[in-house]
Amino acid sequence: MKKSIFALLFIVVFAVSATAVYAEAEPYHVGCIFAVTGKASWLGEPERNTAQMVADQINANGGINGHKIVLHIEDTQGENTRAVNAFKKLIKKHNVCAIIGPSRSGTSLAVVPIAEKEQVPLLSCAAAAKITSPPEERRWVFKMGQNDSDAVRKIYDHMTVNKISKVGIITGTTGFGAAGREQLKALSEGYGIEIVADETYSPGATDMTAQLISIRNSGAQAVINWSIVPAQSIVPKNMKQLRIELPLYQSHGFANIKYAEAAGEAAEGSIFPAGRIMAAKSVPADHPQKTVLMDYKAAYESTFNDHVSTFGGHAYDGMHLVANALKKVGNDPAKIRDELEQSRFVGIGGIFEFSPTDHCGLDKTAFEMLTVKDGKFVVLDD
Amino acid sequence: MQGRDTAGLIALILAVVAIPLVIRNDYYLGVLIFTAFNCLTCIGLCLLMGYAGQISLGHGAFVAIGAYASGILTTTLGWSPWAAMGAGIIIVSVVAAIVGVPTLRLKGHYLAMATLGFASIIHILAVATVDLTGGPSGLLNIPRISIFGHQLNSDMQYFYFSWAVVAIGLYVAFNLINSRVGRGLRALHGSEEAAASLGVNITAHKIQVFILSAVYAAISGSMYAYYVNYIDPGPFGVMHSVLLVTMVAVGGMHNIWGAFTGAVLLSLLPEFLSSATDYLQLMGIAYQPDYDILVYGAILLLIMLFLPEGVFDGLGKAVRAGRRMIRR
Amino acid sequence: MSHSGLTDIIQFMVMGVQRGAIYAMVAMGFNIIYNATGIINFAQGEFVVLGGLAMVTLTMALNLSLPVAFILTVVAVTVVGILMERLTINPVGQPTVLRLIIITIAVSILLKGAAMCIWGKGSHYMHHFTDAAPIEFLGAIILPQTLWIIGILLCVVIGLVVFFNYTMIGKCIRACAINRDAARLAGINDRKMVMLSFALSAGIGAIAGIIITPIIQMDYARGALLGLKGFGAAVLGGLGNSMGAVVAGLLLGILEAFGAGYISSHYMDAMALLILLVVLFIKPSGIFGSSEAMRLKEF
Repeated sequence: MKKSIFALLFIVVFAVSATAVYAEAEPYHVGCIFAVTGKASWLGEPERNTAQMVADQINANGGINGHKIVLHIEDTQGENTRAVNAFKKLIKKHNVCAIIGPSRSGTSLAVVPIAEKEQVPLLSCAAAAKITSPPEERRWVFKMGQNDSDAVRKIYDHMTVNKISKVGIITGTTGFGAAGREQLKALSEGYGIEIVADETYSPGATDMTAQLISIRNSGAQAVINWSIVPAQSIVPKNMKQLRIELPLYQSHGFANIKYAEAAGEAAEGSIFPAGRIMAAKSVPADHPQKTVLMDYKAAYESTFNDHVSTFGGHAYDGMHLVANALKKVGNDPAKIRDELEQSRFVGIGGIFEFSPTDHCGLDKTAFEMLTVKDGKFVVLDD
Repeated sequence: MQGRDTAGLIALILAVVAIPLVIRNDYYLGVLIFTAFNCLTCIGLCLLMGYAGQISLGHGAFVAIGAYASGILTTTLGWSPWAAMGAGIIIVSVVAAIVGVPTLRLKGHYLAMATLGFASIIHILAVATVDLTGGPSGLLNIPRISIFGHQLNSDMQYFYFSWAVVAIGLYVAFNLINSRVGRGLRALHGSEEAAASLGVNITAHKIQVFILSAVYAAISGSMYAYYVNYIDPGPFGVMHSVLLVTMVAVGGMHNIWGAFTGAVLLSLLPEFLSSATDYLQLMGIAYQPDYDILVYGAILLLIMLFLPEGVFDGLGKAVRAGRRMIRR
Repeated sequence: MSHSGLTDIIQFMVMGVQRGAIYAMVAMGFNIIYNATGIINFAQGEFVVLGGLAMVTLTMALNLSLPVAFILTVVAVTVVGILMERLTINPVGQPTVLRLIIITIAVSILLKGAAMCIWGKGSHYMHHFTDAAPIEFLGAIILPQTLWIIGILLCVVIGLVVFFNYTMIGKCIRACAINRDAARLAGINDRKMVMLSFALSAGIGAIAGIIITPIIQMDYARGALLGLKGFGAAVLGGLGNSMGAVVAGLLLGILEAFGAGYISSHYMDAMALLILLVVLFIKPSGIFGSSEAMRLKEF
């Protein structure tokens, strides 16, 4: 009897100390820099929410090999100077092993030199191709956002099928819009598409009538609207008001249901490439992304009482890529980098296949052509 | 240079030498480097605002021109950073002269609007001339600057470099103030008519100071480009110009040290707030980083409400009051 | 459907007037406070934002009828304007103009932050006042909302003219603007007039926000840009001159629309500014400003 009590006590003490050791496993510090406030806050907010949600989920399930994730989230306010400061703060003050973000292309490019110098993996949530190319100068930089060149290819493919050869483009004057404009021009020749009108608008624009009239007068057969700011929903509205009945193509920057809501009826029937998260419900059940899409959508929408967006999806992919790497190789930045470079991951943005020459890991199959039907995003079937 | 200013400058140099010995963290050094850029611009702006009595809501544009001249000449044409900085200074001087001649005839709010308009035009050009400036995607791979063949790679080296430039900027400013030109300027601030009647060439003086203050801004922009190695139009918007004037006014525009204090204060405040957030959250206070903007606005408001001549003057009064208390 | 050059010209005119009407209203708000205090209120754009956002909440979330929501919004923003004056402008003893301006900048940061915390960071939209089909006029398309904007601008202008010329309070405010000391000697409470001018200016800002939101969507960060454009219009028209502000505001809007239509959308915003600068260089006190009035209020 006495012996068995002793044994029991022994077991209890052992178990307690074991859990104590287990729980005391050093936490993994992961950094995030998003434009939580300021001019790009509609990107940064879902990203911050998602990152925090994923970290909470991982920690609730016991962390990574017993290590909790401690998330350090810094706000760039969408500004380069703040981004540089925040990036250094994460590396030097919080000793993070990897950084997810920034939200915007400009802020991402501003911190790329530091990521390379300090040798910390950076998983940018922005889109511009320059962020990860040339690959030999971007050893430490990865990108969650799909390439704008692939979005352009998707649109031009669709146009070729529908025999559209003259287009008018209208792009926003932000990093996203400018990069899109560049790609639209660069790839048009290969598809035999002629850009007959090239218009822009600033993020604060309130009315694009003048630009659209120029496009109409140029004899374009379709309009491509390329922007990521809320102002872009004015384009379909103005088109409808002016009774310009040309097909409207938009960029993956339109993939935010609020933009479709803001444009109302005018957005009906417009076509745009987007990650599958925007039409998660109409993705076929046997698609490899289906489960992860539906899980993320359900979790985000129930936690934050808000619609999912592609942007939050980038943070989701970044967090899980880092978590997977941490699980395999621990928190050494160099090992995480090497692990990321050979990762294959089914995420929200698509099926990532990284390689030493491709730090984006996505191609045009990450996109699905969507359209707006009855105020909802659905997969375009034709 | 007056004795007190010399003492201040020496104290600043000692502090600059000492800081990296105490703070070895690149994050804090980086914050202080950006602070140095703002200080430099604000010293120049203070010469214009506090001494020549002219407002400029367009100095962000000169910072931008300095930065873009350095960025474009080094990356596209392969110039050395120093040559590009020199060219930037020349370009800014010419632009300032061209803009200054008609603009400085304006007064008060009209001058403010004209300079603001100029700043927006430069910002729009930076966005729209994609072939030259890279447009919203910006300019990548701007080189680092070298001194005597030694490239400034670490933050500590750049810290010493940028604060040395600030010290030189202060030295030049103090010498100017106490020169014949400086006395003319002060007369100008008091009453333009009186100054003119005493033979001060108002127009020439105003334009000279405008150009000089633009050059300060240009150097600051150029150093920004070499430090961050990437520029896009973002940091040079109209609101940055407004922020610069706010820095000078918060610190106290009638004294170079005031402008200096304002620049330091408002450059450090956002970083301070973002660090304070961590501590508040650790203490279990449900403080959201989103509230930073409210705290920032409130601090700015309180300073302007209770310290009419700016923080620097307020500090001076506090010190004097403290001394009186001790003597009693 | 063929489109003649004339149709385009009319279309650009319509769009220009729609833009310009908002600039004009913001500029009038600037002028009212400028006349009473000699300062430029950098928080003017925030009044517009607050008006728009409050209207969105009242109509879209609380489903109030348009007139009720309209009045409630204007009252609420007016109260914000009064509070701003009582708490931040009135307590300052002997202000310099620059100090007051920085105070208004601080207030604008606070209001922007408050709007962000209350309404979030997304952009908000609301339905047009009347959901009628666009009207066709010589081939150009006019939205009913544009007519609302122009109509309300006219009402505001007429209302202000009547108020400043035919009511005692209006005359008192004008007296203060012309000569504060003399007005005080005549028994006018000048401090109260300053408060009134803030109330009025906030109210007009709110109206501008309400009528523009159906067209542009509103978010918390729009204030600065609206304020800058309005400031441009106020200066172009001659500071303190309300009729000048209306003409200049419309002119700026039309210039922008034609610039974007015929020259280049890339440089659209720069062009209006360039013309503004040229006008200032030729006539340093704006189109309708008198150099005498300008001398009264300097830094």
